[in-house]
Amino acid sequence: MNWLLVIAGAVVGAPLRYLTDRAVQSRHDSVFPWGTFLVNVSGCLILGLVTGAAAQGALSSHLQLLLGTGLCGALTTYSTFSYETLRLAETGAGLYAVANIAGSVTAGLGAAFVGVSLAQAVWS
Amino acid sequence: MTAPNTESLRAPVRAPRQPAWRTQAPVVAVVALGGAIGATARYAASLWWPSGPGGFPWATFWINVVGCAVIGVFMVVITEVWAAHRLVRPFFGTGVLGGFTTFSTYAVDIQKQLDSGHPRVGLAYLAATLVAALTAVWLAATATRRVLKVRQP
Repeated sequence: MNWLLVIAGAVVGAPLRYLTDRAVQSRHDSVFPWGTFLVNVSGCLILGLVTGAAAQGALSSHLQLLLGTGLCGALTTYSTFSYETLRLAETGAGLYAVANIAGSVTAGLGAAFVGVSLAQAVWS
Repeated sequence: MTAPNTESLRAPVRAPRQPAWRTQAPVVAVVALGGAIGATARYAASLWWPSGPGGFPWATFWINVVGCAVIGVFMVVITEVWAAHRLVRPFFGTGVLGGFTTFSTYAVDIQKQLDSGHPRVGLAYLAATLVAALTAVWLAATATRRVLKVRQP
């Protein structure tokens, strides 16, 4: 059952990342990987909400596996983030590479804090 | 089809660039399949190597570092050497590796460490994952290029 919940979440999360990335990348001319940035930060916000809600007892462990481990885990990616950073550095866009690292970590962590705080406020 | 026109670069280019849904459906399907495989492997690793509150999240750390090393090898092979089938990259790169590695668990684990009075573990985890993952992708890509270049006549 638990495995099926993780799979069900991932089956939605991974294509959602792919389609969001395509949609975002076709709408700007910059070399900055906005698509991956957006899915990663959104995923941090959602997982923050899920984790906060679970901590308040408002979310079952089953929903946590479906939405957290499955959906958010597959929606966000570290491999594409680091590969795109490497490509920026290799193609002479070192500043963009640094901005991608600093921006993704800062915004992702910020989104996680916002998500948890929001969940605590709503379900306290 | 409109004729190529440099003046229209700023114009919306969505219509001609976006292939028909028919060509996208198999891609979305293999991304979903790969994502399910990657996420299952990540879940298995997290069950096998659980981390308690305040502990260093080793499972997620190694998942992300290994996933970055593998994508370094894979992308060099697939973009510089092997003319693979068009579904190979979405299946393995976007699907399996994307579903395996995770940015959200990384960020929320740091949030938990900071929130529960373990700032040192949280900051060490933040920095260690970044350094190890970026080093892994760079080393893997560089080593793969070197090996393949040596092999080429």
